[in-house]
Amino acid sequence: RRGVSFRLQALRVCSGRHPCAVCCPATMLNRVTRLVPRARQLDPGRFLHGGPQGPQGLAVHLDDRVPDETPRAGSRPSEDDPAGAGEQREDRHYRIPLQDLPTVFAHGLPQYQHYVCQVKTFHEACLLVRRPALELLRHLDGTNFAHPAVRYVLYGEKGTGKTLSLCHVIHFCAKRDWLVVHVPDAHLWVKSCRGLLRSAYNRQRFDQPVEASSWLKSFKTANERFLSQIKIQETYMWNKRESTEKGRPLGEVVEQGLTRVKNATDAVGIVLKELKSQSCSGAFRLLVAVDGVNALWGKTTLKREDKSLMAPEELALVHSLRKMVRNDWHGGAVVLALSQTGSLFTPRMAYLPQELLGKEGFDALDPFVPVLVSNYSPEEFERCIQYYLENSWLQHEKAHTEEGKKELLFLSDANPGQLERLCAYL
Amino acid sequence: MATPCVFCGAAAFYRLFLGGRVSLTRRQGVWKAAAAELQTDTGFQILRLRHTTGVTTKKNVAALRRETYTVDFIKKQIEEFNIGKRHLANMMGEDPETFTQEDIDRAIAYLFPSGLFEKQARPVMKHPEQIFPKQRAIQWGEDGRPFHFLFYTGKQSYYSLMHEAYGKLLEAEKRQSQLQAKGLFSEKTETKDLIGSRWLIKEELEEMLVEKLSDQDYAQFIRLLERLLTLHCGAEEEFVQRFRRSVTIQSKKHLIEPVQYDEQGMAFSTSEGKRKSAKAEAVVYEHGSGRIKVNGIDYLLYFPVTQDREQLMFPFHFLDRLGKHDTTCMVSGGGRSSQAGAIRLAVARALCSFVTEEEVEWMRQAGLLTADP
Repeated sequence: RRGVSFRLQALRVCSGRHPCAVCCPATMLNRVTRLVPRARQLDPGRFLHGGPQGPQGLAVHLDDRVPDETPRAGSRPSEDDPAGAGEQREDRHYRIPLQDLPTVFAHGLPQYQHYVCQVKTFHEACLLVRRPALELLRHLDGTNFAHPAVRYVLYGEKGTGKTLSLCHVIHFCAKRDWLVVHVPDAHLWVKSCRGLLRSAYNRQRFDQPVEASSWLKSFKTANERFLSQIKIQETYMWNKRESTEKGRPLGEVVEQGLTRVKNATDAVGIVLKELKSQSCSGAFRLLVAVDGVNALWGKTTLKREDKSLMAPEELALVHSLRKMVRNDWHGGAVVLALSQTGSLFTPRMAYLPQELLGKEGFDALDPFVPVLVSNYSPEEFERCIQYYLENSWLQHEKAHTEEGKKELLFLSDANPGQLERLCAYL
Repeated sequence: MATPCVFCGAAAFYRLFLGGRVSLTRRQGVWKAAAAELQTDTGFQILRLRHTTGVTTKKNVAALRRETYTVDFIKKQIEEFNIGKRHLANMMGEDPETFTQEDIDRAIAYLFPSGLFEKQARPVMKHPEQIFPKQRAIQWGEDGRPFHFLFYTGKQSYYSLMHEAYGKLLEAEKRQSQLQAKGLFSEKTETKDLIGSRWLIKEELEEMLVEKLSDQDYAQFIRLLERLLTLHCGAEEEFVQRFRRSVTIQSKKHLIEPVQYDEQGMAFSTSEGKRKSAKAEAVVYEHGSGRIKVNGIDYLLYFPVTQDREQLMFPFHFLDRLGKHDTTCMVSGGGRSSQAGAIRLAVARALCSFVTEEEVEWMRQAGLLTADP
């Protein structure tokens, strides 16, 4: 019953000198291939690209690969440029150039250590293009910026790919030169914060200097170029001596928040307010992307001075974010993702918007466009396995065979998160 | 010459003491009488124990004496047992003629209920042959000469058996060479006898011969018998079969659940499984796509730990039917790991009805069909 173990031999080794778009465009046919000895394939320091010969070489070895018409048939990611959704087809891996990563995802992906490790190992960040993300991108392409911002809510069971779909959308919009306001995980703002301060602006609310300043820092790296263009429209008095005049660039507000940590939360509030009001003017497009948005209407584990639990609206950051997520502005879009994983006091099986947001949150977000993210379809699963096999990541002899794939399918139940965990680092 | 005097003195002493019980019928010379009397301590026939510990100084012989069971003693025990059996049957209101050993066991368990955990320590009433260890009858005659010619080897029954077996081997070889010379030799392979039976183990052989054996002796004997078997002679089959015990094939004891059909005509099979304190009932449909629902919830959500899902995968993977069956299970009790084990057992049993007998036997050998307490 044992299958014969195959070895991938027809792989081309990339030197890394040229940008990837040169080596691997969609229609290259004359490529030089050389046989790479097995030991070198495992060296993580090298780039391993399948090349156009890759899939055909694979097609010879593997049982049931049906090569498509295009020479790059379904194996290697070709799209670096997300612009033009027509080029992106489903079931392709879509690669984000590494130099984009620090800027676009300046906030990082906090709960995705595995993904970060995978990026480091493969020296490329690849996402599978899936239907929910594609739909979202198409909608975003066709947004009418005169209408109020449409809210899209990504929901689904645990591990189905909501956060990564959100990242795909963010990268897409960043490439199109939108201004992206990305909150990687709203849950971090409602639990285990140190250094809560009474807000100077509003005695009822609380500031979170640490979280606010870290967010401001990543916001700055992500959107450098906009900070000098956008001018604020009001004068803000920080204290008796410091103030920011009207007409100064937004960057100064951010600087103020970074240098004076006590004012960081207020700075965040100001930034969000300004962006909202100015996006209506049409100078830029605004994308608000929040992950774990159910934290804004859930419970917190933060305590007031008298040891009683706080409600989320008493936090200034949460308050300003809630205002941002409302649809009383136009000139952009709002994409939200629910998450049960980090949420507090929610049952494990809950994944529907109603359950996770609660009545209050649901009413606040209503109307929205729900986007269901589900487990992999058989084709997507196949693609994912192919990706791992191409990168020589799955070393077990049976990984190539049908039985091995069936085993993986059963164990992970086509859940992307589980599959990733099964195949990933120890 | 001092020794005979001592003997005489001892003999005289014994005679004085034990008076009438001593049978003085054997008087064939001082030496022989003394020797006979030394051996016959009470003057009566003694049975030499096979369980002597090797310490045979005079003072210990008296202690060992109490463990000897004379033939009369055993006969008396058997009579008492039979009478007791009839009394017991009367007590229980049953027919004394048809009172079997199982009835006795049940009656004793009823009359003397015992809470002892060790089953062998509970009250028991069995035939004396099963209770008193087998002992050998006296092995030498009145003149002190042993009956068997191999007595002085120490293990007379074992060596005589080996001698007999080797004799048969030589005969068989002779016959075979004669047949070959005539050209009538035919290769008969009858190895069916070997399946379903096993050789005696060493303890059983010891019991049969009423003699202690060493491991090398036992191995030698089995080798000789196997060599005898290779010669394929019909005459020796009986001799060899005496030393084989049958082994029941376990899988035939299994009950294979019948396949049932529901309203749409889909074939399915139900069965149960247990593990520790978890109980599971699984319904496996013949055609499906590999979905499993546990208590109405998808198995990925019910068992977030990979190890539990691997347990569920095991029966399907073993039979190579990973994506082919749909399953619905109800499980209760125990923890997550025992629930997974219970479902695995239930699923394996249910799959028996869709699978050939050979594969059922493989599953049993793999341990999929054994309940894990």
